[in-house]
Amino acid sequence: MGKVNINSAEVTVRELRLGSITGFAGTAAELVGCSNSGGLKDSSRSFSQCMGCSSGNAFCQLSMIQDAAMVNHAPVGCAGDFFGYNFVYRVGQMERELPPVIGRYFNTNLDEMDTVFGGSRKLEATIKLAYERVKPAAIFVTTSCASGIIGDDVEAVTNKLTAELGIPVVSCFCEGFKSKIWTSGFDSAYHSIVRKIVKPPEQKSNRVNIINFWGSDVFSRLLNRLGYEADYIVPFSTVAQLERISEAAATIQICPTLGTYLGAALEQVYGVPEIKAPVAYGLAGTDAWMRELGRVLGREQEIEEIIAEEKAAVLPKLAEYKAKLAGVTCYLTAGSAHGHALIALLRELGIEVQGAAIFHHDPVYDNGDPASDMLEHTVKTYGDVPNYNVCNKQAYELANILNRVQPDLMIARHGGMTHWGAKLGIPTLLIGDEHFSWGYQGLLNYAERILETLDNREFVTNLAKHSIIPYTKWWMEQDPYTFLGGHVHVQTY
Amino acid sequence: MSKLIEQPRYSCALGVQQSVIAIPRTVPVVHAGPGCSTKIHGFLGQGEGYAGGSTIPCTNASEAEIVFGGEGKLRSVIDGAFKVIDADLYVVLTGCTSDIVGDDVGQVTRDYQDLGKPLVYVETGGFKSNNYVSHDHVIKAIVEQYVDKFAEGRGVIPGLVNLLATVPYQDPYWIGNLQELKRLLTGIGLQVNVLFGPESEGISEWLSIPQAQFNIVVSAWPGLRSAELLERKYGTPYYHFPYLPVGGIETGRFLREVTGFGALDQDSAEAFIRSEERKFYAHIERTADFMLEFRYGLPRVFYTMLDATYAVGFAKYLLNELGILPAETQYVVDQTPEEYRGRIADQFRHISERRSAAVEFVEDGGAIQEAIRANKPKQRALLLGSGWERDLARELGADLLPVSVPITYRLILNCGYAGYQGGLRLIEDIYDRVLDTYR
Repeated sequence: MGKVNINSAEVTVRELRLGSITGFAGTAAELVGCSNSGGLKDSSRSFSQCMGCSSGNAFCQLSMIQDAAMVNHAPVGCAGDFFGYNFVYRVGQMERELPPVIGRYFNTNLDEMDTVFGGSRKLEATIKLAYERVKPAAIFVTTSCASGIIGDDVEAVTNKLTAELGIPVVSCFCEGFKSKIWTSGFDSAYHSIVRKIVKPPEQKSNRVNIINFWGSDVFSRLLNRLGYEADYIVPFSTVAQLERISEAAATIQICPTLGTYLGAALEQVYGVPEIKAPVAYGLAGTDAWMRELGRVLGREQEIEEIIAEEKAAVLPKLAEYKAKLAGVTCYLTAGSAHGHALIALLRELGIEVQGAAIFHHDPVYDNGDPASDMLEHTVKTYGDVPNYNVCNKQAYELANILNRVQPDLMIARHGGMTHWGAKLGIPTLLIGDEHFSWGYQGLLNYAERILETLDNREFVTNLAKHSIIPYTKWWMEQDPYTFLGGHVHVQTY
Repeated sequence: MSKLIEQPRYSCALGVQQSVIAIPRTVPVVHAGPGCSTKIHGFLGQGEGYAGGSTIPCTNASEAEIVFGGEGKLRSVIDGAFKVIDADLYVVLTGCTSDIVGDDVGQVTRDYQDLGKPLVYVETGGFKSNNYVSHDHVIKAIVEQYVDKFAEGRGVIPGLVNLLATVPYQDPYWIGNLQELKRLLTGIGLQVNVLFGPESEGISEWLSIPQAQFNIVVSAWPGLRSAELLERKYGTPYYHFPYLPVGGIETGRFLREVTGFGALDQDSAEAFIRSEERKFYAHIERTADFMLEFRYGLPRVFYTMLDATYAVGFAKYLLNELGILPAETQYVVDQTPEEYRGRIADQFRHISERRSAAVEFVEDGGAIQEAIRANKPKQRALLLGSGWERDLARELGADLLPVSVPITYRLILNCGYAGYQGGLRLIEDIYDRVLDTYR
């Protein structure tokens, strides 16, 4: 993990920057032990299924900036995620009572000739047309495997057009093949923002950056009471708003897997303190996070009052839920830090976590502070988790494990996973809004949804009766980690 | 040179993974970067099917495969796919990474084929074409690398036809359309290989492809290359109906022409058609008063922003059977190859006996929307487009029926617009949207 360097056009991928891995089988405590001792090794899979790539994750952060336009320098298939993000954008507009607006996303439609003669001219033409049609405050250019391999000088084109059009035209390097960890795309997006959009602070503000996706507003009430205002970034912000995030009083991350780079960059480059604590899921995590927030904002006294109030309101109800959930077993699949947070939350509710398939593992975040290590916090607070698998969406492993473990409940955080539980007759829950389970109240919210899911058995029972699993009988009888091996030290790939 | 695209309505060559997963018990093995399959599935798919979505085996090409080549990784994933995925046929599809660095995927595949494995390959690097074009490439690969090797039956089976009618998932209504077309062709005495979807027997149908009496293409242009291939290889003649037959007039024309082409029993075919027409027009007649009398406003002019097959088929039906007039300019969004454009323009020129419309071939949806905004319709309009048209429709006070991908605002199971049943369904869907606008 090096210092943030905003003079470089690209940010180094997570494998090299943080030593992140995508393959591990063992227990959570073993993984934490390896991470902390520097002995973390990655495992590759000799059989794999399709994953996600950086370009999608970069796009999801940049494409909902209200007055920016997107240019994806790629063959048209890479634009397959345009509409999905446009849909998310529009759902968010409804929730925020914004007028309906379509996402302005352009694809350069690279073809065979371009792979021979280069696609720079096409990129230039596309940026100009996007500017004419949209008159945006900024244009972001995301790259692709094709543009990367043919070696188009995207940075030169964007620099030239920045001068010509008089708005920031910013390249975001997020070629899919460059990283096995698709969350590297978040870092690419944030790097573009920090190096080309954010301006040096002129004055300190009472605003607090909240690096998030597009969740519900759970922070305003807390921050307003402390005399601060919540500034949700990056989706649904404006370019002008992003220019000033350097002036914020602090940065909150709802999930360090998402915000590790931006949080650290704002602190290192502009001195905006980042809240370095476990994220606020589960009682202990929320206590620690609240106290750190109070410390950074200089509101220790007020925070203690809020903690006491909220706990007094939540704890009796929590005890009721715990009684109802006693003995329930669960298997979880989720992205990295949010997965760690959900484990904490489930354990707090008294649910037995029988295992987890977590998409990747960052042994350290860009701030370098062990206080932010949510998995370590979870293991220390609630004990070890068996069957802890670092697994980048490999559904065949998941189907095999679920069939073996047969939990009462499966929780998935990402699409494409839930039906493996349901097809096996296991009630399965997916909650899209990360903020739903945040803080003390989040425990109750989540508990209620779990009870509802456990009670809703008819659908999955019938589905399981009529489902055909595409995996061979042979595979379902093998060790789930049969194809995981060939240890590669993270330094060498 | 291909042009830039705002609001894409089709995918790249690799998008054809969706055609592969549409074949029962067939699985793609994607040799591409890590995000391709997921993006394609997200854009075109509604549901994983048997082995699509998160099930798709993929090499997830990384820097190492770009620098050192990805053949080893591909072999390893193919080995795993045979062990882990329970399928009849495995189809290797390459992506940009593999096609640019030049992996010899043909050689890798041949090594498995030499061992008798049901494996074929197609080069589908995204930049090479789009999924309308590569759909024919996949059919060619399966025919040449699998059917020719494993087909045991010999000789023409009278009455057996292969139907090449839709690009699965790119056509959101492919299942329903195949269902209706199969029902109709069965009705005039044919046995139909639909090749894709739940109406298909799967790989046994593919193995009988060479034995068809003739082939039927129901499409403006995708599928034609396959019919030509089968004619060259097996001498199978083909009948081509160049748009989607919707409703009474065009479905009748289609079935009568097929009957003639295949020298089928005229009397029984005619009896079937008459019985279908009687039922179809009973509905039209029953609702004619609604169409004529509903005084609060019905769409009177339509815009198609669809692929050529749908654009022509819908235009003919809406004008000739529902009395909705075509806007001056219609749009075809499927990057129709130059050689087919003349015929499509001609169809629009003779959309009815007395009316014509101009057609423009534009892939850039943003440009189409700008053109429509610049020349707003005076009457209440019906947009036959995609999910991208939501705001445009609101601005124009128009009714929108999403027919093309992205189709996100509809959940489609076996809804189809082909044939008699499709024609009725289209009426229901259009006027359902229209009536729903009243408070």
